[in-house]
Amino acid sequence: MAATMERSEGGQSEPTGEEGPTPVERMTVSLKVKRFNPETDDKPHWQEFVVDGVEGTDRVLDVLHQAKWYQDGTLTFRRSCAHGVCGSDAMVINGENGLACQLLIQEVGTSITLEAIRGLPVIKDLVVDMEPFFAQYRSVLPYLITSDEPGYKERHQTAEDRERFDDTTKCILCAACTTSCPVYWGNSSYVGPAAIVQAHRFIFDSRDEGSADRLDILNEKSGVWRCRTAFNCSNACPRGIKVTHAIEEVKRAILYDRV
Amino acid sequence: MRIHHHSFDAVIVGAGGAGLRAAIEAAGECRLAVITKLYPTRSHTGAAQGGMCAALANVEEDSWEWHTFDTVKGGDYLVDQSAAQVMCREAIDAVIELEHYGLPFNRTPDGEIDQRRFGGHTRNHGEAPVRRACYSADRTGHMILQTLYQQCVKRDVNFFNEFQVLDVTFSEGRVAGCVAYEQATGDLHVFATKAILFASGGFGKMFKVSSNAHTLTGDGPGLLYRRGIPMEDMEFFQFHPTGIYKLGILLSEAARGEGGILRNVDNERFMERYAPTVKDLAPRDMVSRAILTEIKEGRGIGPNKDYVHLDLTHLPPEQIDAKLPDISEFVRTYMGLEPKTQGIPIQPTAHYAMGGIPTNIDGEVVVDAEGTVFPGLYAAGECACVSVHGANRLGTNSLLDIVVFGKRGGRSMAQFVKTADHAPLPADASDDVRERIERIFASTGTEKAAEIRSELQDHMMDKASVFRTEESLSEMVTVLDDLKERVERVGIDDKGEVFNFDITEALELGYLVDLAEAVVVSARARTESRGAHWRDDHPIRDDANWMKHTMVTRQPDGTVTLDYKPVDGDLYVPMERKY
Repeated sequence: MAATMERSEGGQSEPTGEEGPTPVERMTVSLKVKRFNPETDDKPHWQEFVVDGVEGTDRVLDVLHQAKWYQDGTLTFRRSCAHGVCGSDAMVINGENGLACQLLIQEVGTSITLEAIRGLPVIKDLVVDMEPFFAQYRSVLPYLITSDEPGYKERHQTAEDRERFDDTTKCILCAACTTSCPVYWGNSSYVGPAAIVQAHRFIFDSRDEGSADRLDILNEKSGVWRCRTAFNCSNACPRGIKVTHAIEEVKRAILYDRV
Repeated sequence: MRIHHHSFDAVIVGAGGAGLRAAIEAAGECRLAVITKLYPTRSHTGAAQGGMCAALANVEEDSWEWHTFDTVKGGDYLVDQSAAQVMCREAIDAVIELEHYGLPFNRTPDGEIDQRRFGGHTRNHGEAPVRRACYSADRTGHMILQTLYQQCVKRDVNFFNEFQVLDVTFSEGRVAGCVAYEQATGDLHVFATKAILFASGGFGKMFKVSSNAHTLTGDGPGLLYRRGIPMEDMEFFQFHPTGIYKLGILLSEAARGEGGILRNVDNERFMERYAPTVKDLAPRDMVSRAILTEIKEGRGIGPNKDYVHLDLTHLPPEQIDAKLPDISEFVRTYMGLEPKTQGIPIQPTAHYAMGGIPTNIDGEVVVDAEGTVFPGLYAAGECACVSVHGANRLGTNSLLDIVVFGKRGGRSMAQFVKTADHAPLPADASDDVRERIERIFASTGTEKAAEIRSELQDHMMDKASVFRTEESLSEMVTVLDDLKERVERVGIDDKGEVFNFDITEALELGYLVDLAEAVVVSARARTESRGAHWRDDHPIRDDANWMKHTMVTRQPDGTVTLDYKPVDGDLYVPMERKY
């Protein structure tokens, strides 16, 4: 399967050119997938796939592909880029949200459970209905709002002002944060962490003039005050965004009427 | 099988950078639908990293004319020069416009858009590297995709997400509609439309080691090719020098733009021998060949001596954190290495199709050497061939291509549909797609799509990638004859209607195999070496015989024929390509 590089955490060796692949250890992985086919099933059930010849550096996605491609073509999941930038393959991996293409077998072990992300309706196997999630995203006015006419040149922005919202520009809308939130599981009208992250990206952009409208939206009862700072979202984010921190900043902006 | 009917003035197929930029232009001008087999934000534009070149001259002297020269020379003179002029001139407006849309570019101390070096981009016609790439850390493509999608949300663009277009319908010699498969239901949707713009991306999944997403299977060009639309310059496929060893995940050229160095087993900066002036910032085709030459001559690294190192260890750690954060994380996540202190094993990875659906500078599809426009048919982005990349694309010029020609294509299509009427849509428009799907469902064949795809990728990598010969390409023709036959016998497990990705992958494989044949037939005929197309048995560029674009056509009986068209422009006279 995929890479054969030895994983040497934080190694300090100089690039001598002599380190590199070591003999590859192959292992057998047990993949237990919570499956549901709306055309044949009344309720979900677990199915185990046993995949041989797996390397520690293989991604969970690689093992899923082996199961789908060579054992059971009905196994259904979304994926595209396979390196953590498109946001298609968020799922619950051993009980925690993550991207299947970003977690390696040596991190998650050889006994793996996979479930669809929670809080969005499951359609089939690991595929959920993303429409409610994107509707919540659209509700926060996720685009630059300005009234000035910048003319021919770019608007100026200091490096400090640019840095102010850098963290929340990383969001890939994978829904790992929103679907890790216990509040969201219980109340799907909550706009959710991802939508707040997207709002934060504009609220704290010095060029934007739409903050008042966005803060009004997020001050409603489906907005930021639903957040109980469980920090699940920050732990779940595959891009390392400090999601809870961003939500706190938005709360403070509402309370103190400033950004 | 349920069939639904829709009617629009214009349809855009694909919602990456080119499709979204076209949508911004056409939204509000006509009744528009954007059809994408993913969600727009999943598109592979989001994986682009390093930057987007435009001669803003924010940090040092620059001109769009120098950018044009670099683009033409980088493309080994197969670039249509007037098209390159358009792209490089309009690049400046395009970057400013993206900033106005909200794109968070990195900034200079004065608050202007910052710029950095990139391969093949030079000052004053090759004197030295120039800072021309506008960027947002090493996630410029992500920012472009997000920003363009935001603008589409603002304009309330009508998206059909997770709909896969599988056929186009022509009548009276013009576009009449297209047929899409809805993944969530398995239903077919027939779209009557006056015009279609294809912006469906590349087909890099025909190679084993690839930076491309699993979904980049060439559906758009593949379905047009089957309908007799020629493909241009398919033999030119770019291998990016720095893919993560074996995985192929892209490590941006920005790593070398920021000062990164390629080293062989002797720790030698070997690019000094291949490109004495610009060294590690030579164009990608040259660097990829240099890496593989080092490996072939025994100077590779590792027990199998099959990779070299990208060395960032001499860069200030804060520079790596600020300018290259994402690729550093990729190296940590997938290799378990720390790029601040360790060399990164890399090898060339299949990255970008220079060739594709032939268009003019307004995104109109042209079907012959005379530039005859096919009414109502448009293309932009990687699936198209304008040609601004010629035989080898310069780094950053793809992001430029999608915004400049996405905009031009969207604008000209919106203009066209204002005066055009609907061509009559045949009642049997969806029959071919329905029969194709039903045949796969009914198949008792034992061939697996995954196995055939894996063989295709292995053989294409081995026989038709960076180095090619008549022998390797003729072997590939034989392999493809076998694979084409086996594709007909693919059987699937999933017979359901809801999210049946089993059948999606089977359908995608058909396009990959057809396009691989277009690549191989075009490459076999071109008995010279130019840009990304290198023939060991013909290692010299042959301008007398081969300064021309290939047009490859699939005939109704399945045979593949070749034609050629002249390269446009004489602003720059071809000279030997040295860096």
